[in-house]
Amino acid sequence: MGSDSFLEASSVSKHYGGVTALEDVDISIHRGEVHCLVGENGSGKSTLVKIITGVVTPESGASLGIEGEIHSSLKPIQAYKKGIQVVHQDLSMFPNLTVAENIGAVQYIEKGRLFVNWGRIKARARDAFDRLGVDFDLQTRLGDLSLADQQLIAIGRALASDARLLIMDEPTASLTQEEVERLFGIVRELKRGGVTTLFISHRLDEVLEIGDRITVLRNGKKIDTVERSETDKNEISYLMTGKEVEYEYNLEPYQEDETVLNVENLTDGGHYSGVSFELARGEVKGIIGPLGSGQTQLALSLFGLNPPEGGRINLEGEEVELSSISRAMDLGIGYVPDDRLTQGVVLEQPIDDNLILTSLERFTDRKTGLLDRDRQAEFVGEAVKEFDIKIGDPEDPAISLSGGNQQKVVVAKWVSIEPKILIMNRPTHGIDIAAKGNIYDLIAELAAGGMSIVLISDEVDEIMQNSHNIMLMKKGKIVDRRKPDELSSEGLYQELTSSKMEQQ
Amino acid sequence: MISTELLKRTEFYLLIVILIISAVLSIVTEQFLTFSNWFDLLRNNSFLGILALGELVILISGGIDVSFTATATVAQYIMGIVISRYVGNLFLAFLIPGVVGVALGSVNAVIIFFTGVPAVVVTIATLNAFNGFLQFTTGGKWIYNLPGSFKNFAGINMLKISRPDGWPATLSILVLFWVGAILITWLILNRTTIGRKLYAMGGNTEAARRAGFSIFRLMIFSYCYMGFLAGLASVVQAMQTQVIQPNAIVGRELDVLAATVIGGASVFGGRGSVLGTVLGVLLLAIVRNGLILLGVSSYWHKVATGMIILVAVIVMALQRKFRTESTA
Repeated sequence: MGSDSFLEASSVSKHYGGVTALEDVDISIHRGEVHCLVGENGSGKSTLVKIITGVVTPESGASLGIEGEIHSSLKPIQAYKKGIQVVHQDLSMFPNLTVAENIGAVQYIEKGRLFVNWGRIKARARDAFDRLGVDFDLQTRLGDLSLADQQLIAIGRALASDARLLIMDEPTASLTQEEVERLFGIVRELKRGGVTTLFISHRLDEVLEIGDRITVLRNGKKIDTVERSETDKNEISYLMTGKEVEYEYNLEPYQEDETVLNVENLTDGGHYSGVSFELARGEVKGIIGPLGSGQTQLALSLFGLNPPEGGRINLEGEEVELSSISRAMDLGIGYVPDDRLTQGVVLEQPIDDNLILTSLERFTDRKTGLLDRDRQAEFVGEAVKEFDIKIGDPEDPAISLSGGNQQKVVVAKWVSIEPKILIMNRPTHGIDIAAKGNIYDLIAELAAGGMSIVLISDEVDEIMQNSHNIMLMKKGKIVDRRKPDELSSEGLYQELTSSKMEQQ
Repeated sequence: MISTELLKRTEFYLLIVILIISAVLSIVTEQFLTFSNWFDLLRNNSFLGILALGELVILISGGIDVSFTATATVAQYIMGIVISRYVGNLFLAFLIPGVVGVALGSVNAVIIFFTGVPAVVVTIATLNAFNGFLQFTTGGKWIYNLPGSFKNFAGINMLKISRPDGWPATLSILVLFWVGAILITWLILNRTTIGRKLYAMGGNTEAARRAGFSIFRLMIFSYCYMGFLAGLASVVQAMQTQVIQPNAIVGRELDVLAATVIGGASVFGGRGSVLGTVLGVLLLAIVRNGLILLGVSSYWHKVATGMIILVAVIVMALQRKFRTESTA
């Protein structure tokens, strides 16, 4: 094993106070492989990465072997010199600087360098692009590029620093299907060039597509490292959670004859056009498509945030104009936004205040105009129980909750206004498998109670398991309508990725 | 290609606005487009121009400083006492304010870095502390008896253009300090690694930390550079007025900040240019100059300044909105 492994770590432990982050973990990363690291939130993935990159010191007794050299811990500069480079989930780039400078900025920490060598910076950037097989205008401001392109630049920067082990932390979290394919192409290309990759992801489909070997962490312990060829999705999710997770199709039939919403030929010039559909009482309508196909703009139009340019929206038989959020809310429409962190919860505010944000007037005393805290506490207690939100104190800030529980707060907040229609935009984005199951149960429950739901997602399985009817949306148009049983996951996945990758 | 690039630049619009206002003023007043008016305008604004360059560096790094007028006042007063009472040395007249400025700047940087309190709060506090301390210890006394060398130096002219009425238009040597500060600041920001690190830090501090930049050293540099320029500006101001008053400079913070922001620097960090800042100072100077030449009451100067700032930031906000929409 020793000679062909780039990194050989054993007996790695780390505790924070009484909390176990990592316990006696071993991992061996072979030279030139794509090694995937999976585990639920809080399983210790990021602590392990921090130890490998020298940001965190492991407890004594650990052994970190890099190409045969054994260390008991690493300093960031040592990890850097060994060619260990991270592409962070938030990318850690400089949006205000040019593409070239983002890649070449590493020059600035060289010893004794007072003046900038712009020629070398550009040469470095060009060199990195050659290795990636991409081409960007060097003078473009990084912030003007799409997130996916910025990520490529981040990879380019890692290569420019002679990356030999490239660690990618949830690199596909905000990418469209096509962009993921492009990224995988590049990872494979780098592999051919001898770069080792440690790929961290939630998405098991992707892990199985790109990984050579997969290491699973659970609660700070290493469960197993498996060969891709010898495993499947069920096994990995079993290893991750310790239980068999099979989401079932548990939607009940809906009232097909009772139309709640009728959208006719809705058009918003730049984003989507000619969208028509009917939504019945208790129906879950799944809309799937590559990110950026106009789903979000469509959702916002139905929520009064993006008035459409043409077409009609009929609500229970009457034509309505959705010109503002308050109008949409009055008409009984709720919206769970796709970006929980910036649009869903107020992170710094207490959980209980977050829960009543949409329904403040219900908790306001008519006479005094002041909030009735007792009534709020009562409601919060019910909501926490009903939605199974795992919280400490309701007055803790929302940021103290896990992603899945934050999302439950968002959903509970909207359900509390008892909407007729709830639009959910990527409701399980960035939350772990167990919490996903909770959200799915909730969707089924709400629909069974008569709520109509528009479920927007880019995850095939999510749509297949949680929709009565599925619409496939591409480039702003509804291109196909099916029922889940008329489709296979593979077929839908292929339809999603079928269009040719757009070149720069 | 070049033209679209140009259309995105704040400096381009600023230049157009300056040219239009100048053209109008040249037509409606006789004095505006004369050498003597322009030479005076440059001399009178050198001090603000130097301060704006310091603020530019701070804004780019993601910080903000409103204490520099107090820094300048303290630096100027200490210099004034030394050269009027003890050694009437011209070299000291420049050295002392520079050293005092750097020292007070480092006080700001250290407090901001180690407490994590927002820079605007810290520097409002130090503005009052520095200024109050000076007022208290000096009792607000003016210093008149500046040495002859100080006066003589300030009287040097770099350029003399004779005029028919016998009074030649002269370009003061004080403008040279502004020009020097422009060149040095440009060099630092665009050609040195420290300048580029400041831009990077202003764009994304966490990324800068992860890239191995020392945030502390960068903050020390930016606030000390501001302090140094505040010291230099204080000498220029004292030479221009030939008297040192503890209450002459404090109160100009917002003019300086305005000029910098009009010039395209972002209060959120990471953006701004030397050219933009110089144009921002010139725009405010020209408008003020024009209002004086037109005989408009000085109260209106503030209104005009305020309007310009409003228009400038609104235009910038619209520009940014347009930009993000076009890339979305």
